[in-house]
Amino acid sequence: MTEPSDFEAGSYVGADRVPGEPEERTLRQEVGGYVLGLALAIVLTVASFWAVRAREIYASGIAMALLVLTVAQIGIHLIFFLHITTDPDNENNILALAFGVLIVCLIVFGSLWVMIHLNNNLMPMEKLMQMQR
Amino acid sequence: MSTAAMRLGHDPALGPAGIAPGQVSGRGAGGPAGKRIVVGYGFWIFLLSDVIMFSGFFAAYAVLFKSTAGGPSAHELFDLRNTAVETACLLASTFTCGMASLAVGHRSQKWTQIALLVTGLLGFIFIVLEVREFASFVAQGAGPSRSAFLSSFFALVGCHGIHVSLALLWLGTMMAQFYTKGFRQDIRYRFLCFSLFWHALDIVWVAIFNLVYLVGSLPPELLP
Repeated sequence: MTEPSDFEAGSYVGADRVPGEPEERTLRQEVGGYVLGLALAIVLTVASFWAVRAREIYASGIAMALLVLTVAQIGIHLIFFLHITTDPDNENNILALAFGVLIVCLIVFGSLWVMIHLNNNLMPMEKLMQMQR
Repeated sequence: MSTAAMRLGHDPALGPAGIAPGQVSGRGAGGPAGKRIVVGYGFWIFLLSDVIMFSGFFAAYAVLFKSTAGGPSAHELFDLRNTAVETACLLASTFTCGMASLAVGHRSQKWTQIALLVTGLLGFIFIVLEVREFASFVAQGAGPSRSAFLSSFFALVGCHGIHVSLALLWLGTMMAQFYTKGFRQDIRYRFLCFSLFWHALDIVWVAIFNLVYLVGSLPPELLP
């Protein structure tokens, strides 16, 4: 390839070097970032598996605790593995992510909301069968 | 120079947005973003659309969770030991995929191949465990046609499994391309997309093991 390389001595999968960017991170720091991310992810995963059997948590709150742990672990993965940062280069990615999260919430919570209301307002199946007789 | 112009950053010596000529801000001022940024952004948009598709399957599963039609419920079916091993495999593989990214950044053929091989093996173990679990469900008479709950379960988890299988094919291709063609720029862009894809699949699995397996294994009286 004769194309000029914009991958010179890059961090991650090679980085575009632009003036004013912070200094290169050493390999040790890069690996350290992944190790920290892995450690945090393991802690949250273990916490999730522990929460299912936990007697320490108010039983009806376990499902909600698992939801919170999910969101926390997704955040860890986004920061340490997908490298979503507050860097100016990442501004567009963050805006797209925010829009994605909005749509995901609309689909999941919207479906649940509508379907639960439909279930509540529908005649129970046995009664419906009796009426058709 | 007027105060208004100062506030907007129009210093004639600096040019638009107060940026020195030739300096790239990444916000459109001073020149377009580098190709790596653009490639990553494009693939990020695809990943988000994929996640939105998964959210549809999640919504269907959540709505149909209690529609077991007299068949087995999640609480009776799920074996959390299997889920724990699957989770460990994917979590470790997402880490080794990160190591592969570093190896590619530092042009190390040996470590790139080793890290990708480990990533692929862990992904393969995950798929084997998932297929075995599905087979045991079907053998218990709890196949996708048993109830609406099981249809939505197989659709959601199976869709993730298909993604991982396709990612394994992609991973093999990346290993072969690095091996035969070296660290060519276009191949490194492909690898950037692959690593984003692999990490995103692990994020989807985080939601699946928590919200499908762990919540599903709770006794029914504890669920909202």
